[in-house]
Amino acid sequence: MKEKNDRGVFKWLLIGFCALFLLVMLILPLLYVVITSLRDGWNAFWVAVSDDYAVKAILLTLKTTVIAVVVNTIFGVFAAWLITKYTFKGKKLISTLIDLPLTISPIIAGLIYVLTFGRQSFLYDYLEQWGIEIIFAVPGIVLATIFVTFPFIAREIIPVLTATGNDEEEAAALMGAGGFRIFFEITFPHIKWALLYGIVLCTARAMGEFGAVSVLSGHLRGLTNTMPLYIELMYQAFDFTGAFAMSSILVIMAVVILILRNILEHRVNSSTGQK
Amino acid sequence: MEEKNFYVELKNIEKSFGKVKASDEVSFSVEKGKLVGLLGPSGSGKTTILRILAGLEDAEKGEIYIAGQQVNQVKASKRGVGFVFQNYALFRYKTVYDNIAFGLKIAKWKKADIKERVEELIDLVGLRGMEKRYPNQLSGGQKQRVAFARALATQPQLLLLDEPFAALDAKVRKELRSWLRELINKVGITSIFVTHDQHEAIEVADEIIVMNQGRIEQIGSPLAVYSKPETEFVAQFLGNAITIEDYGKFKGFSHIGNGGKAILRSEYVTVTKKKEPIKYAVSAETGEVLDVAFRGNLLELEILVKGERINAYRQFGQALVEVGEEVNVFIQQLYVIENEQVTPAVNEGIRKNNFHVLSNPILESDDSVVI
Repeated sequence: MKEKNDRGVFKWLLIGFCALFLLVMLILPLLYVVITSLRDGWNAFWVAVSDDYAVKAILLTLKTTVIAVVVNTIFGVFAAWLITKYTFKGKKLISTLIDLPLTISPIIAGLIYVLTFGRQSFLYDYLEQWGIEIIFAVPGIVLATIFVTFPFIAREIIPVLTATGNDEEEAAALMGAGGFRIFFEITFPHIKWALLYGIVLCTARAMGEFGAVSVLSGHLRGLTNTMPLYIELMYQAFDFTGAFAMSSILVIMAVVILILRNILEHRVNSSTGQK
Repeated sequence: MEEKNFYVELKNIEKSFGKVKASDEVSFSVEKGKLVGLLGPSGSGKTTILRILAGLEDAEKGEIYIAGQQVNQVKASKRGVGFVFQNYALFRYKTVYDNIAFGLKIAKWKKADIKERVEELIDLVGLRGMEKRYPNQLSGGQKQRVAFARALATQPQLLLLDEPFAALDAKVRKELRSWLRELINKVGITSIFVTHDQHEAIEVADEIIVMNQGRIEQIGSPLAVYSKPETEFVAQFLGNAITIEDYGKFKGFSHIGNGGKAILRSEYVTVTKKKEPIKYAVSAETGEVLDVAFRGNLLELEILVKGERINAYRQFGQALVEVGEEVNVFIQQLYVIENEQVTPAVNEGIRKNNFHVLSNPILESDDSVVI
């Protein structure tokens, strides 16, 4: 009996500790962002957000995010498929390389592209010939965002595919199913929640990416400023209402995506009886 | 010019995984309509052979014939083979109905025909009413039935089953063994199944192929393989067997062969309590009971005789034997291993017929058997 009570007390201590931690580290600051952005009233909030440059920053962020997520979804699924379904030399290496962006500082990611595509690079002349601008332009921002976010989707799918094994795919192949059919009918149902979760993480990270993008952007107002860069700009200019207004939009977007994912997952689980 | 009566033929199949030879000169043939069991310990290469037959693995050397046609270069899906995977590999996100219908859809059957065929199969395997369930809502036995129906859907001519009963609990396993046997007979399909369980192979198969380390040890009917082992491996793998390094030390075997290595199976050991009547008293050894395990209708005994731990059984109805008790142990027969040959050697006491009847006249009658 006593042991059970001790466990109960310990459980509540753990709950209290985690709740307090999340409150201090997460909820208070986020609430503060939203409250500060509304300090001067809805009107000031609206003016800050509907500013021409602000709208352009929001649109650029959305555009970059969509491209990064699409590219990384394709890459992530292919990479996860390759790593889990085939054995080959250098598999470990590829698997490790996929993790690299998680361990590299984003600012270095930005510098890598500056070195690769910038003036000092041998590629620069060719790029200029073809009229392609990467550094201090939108393509650079997209590249940096893709780089920083590409592990998320592959990393979510790989454990699921590893756990499922190859049996179902083999069974389908034996019955004569082609590659596409096997993927969409057999494999995809297994990975769809992991994929969606990966997309959610990727989206959130892509929207918020600052370091790498900052290096490549050149901070051209209305042209290469994403939301995080724009926020920093306003913050540096002591426009706190504007900075926090934009921040709260980012926060709300992230929260909405998380809630959306939870609702979707719950609904589909209960409708098919899958665990 | 292949032999027409063989439905499946393998000739000198070789396959390695790294340094491990999974198949080493494997050749065998299977008659049409037969149910063959590939028996061996794990890692003996039996599953590899099954997968090579199905086309899931490529053989490095050798020829594979199905229905008289060489299929080495034929795609797995074109070999007319139904495959039941070890853990069934049911499509987890498809219903029972859709699992069974999948192969038919790919074969582009008409919708009405698919429905008819799936319902026929559902009746065949006795899953009526479960069509809309998902695999995780089925018991192990039911999953097996679905896997079986799915493998049969496109009417293959050859059915391959990889450890079909391994994932089931003991009771369901027994039930499904006879069920599968009957069903395969009913459908009349040539079948090969892989198992590590000798009881399963003996009970279910028409013919057993014993494999070890990628090689075939022996092929024959269950009775032949069990009673006339041709290799040392088969002699010790089948039955409840132990290896004895110098069998000459046992009474009744001292004048046979070189007295070296032999395999002893528990059914050839008779254990009697000291006060019980015994047929070949002169040739019986005395042993000490080390362990008694209750097996329901049987008692499994471990007895120390001349430094060897010998396994034997007694019927539950007989007087109980206790640990530490001194008992009479009579060894009826051994499989002597000499120059890689296996020869059964019968106790001299029996051969010379010099037994002494103590008190029990029933043992004298011709139809009495020492067990």
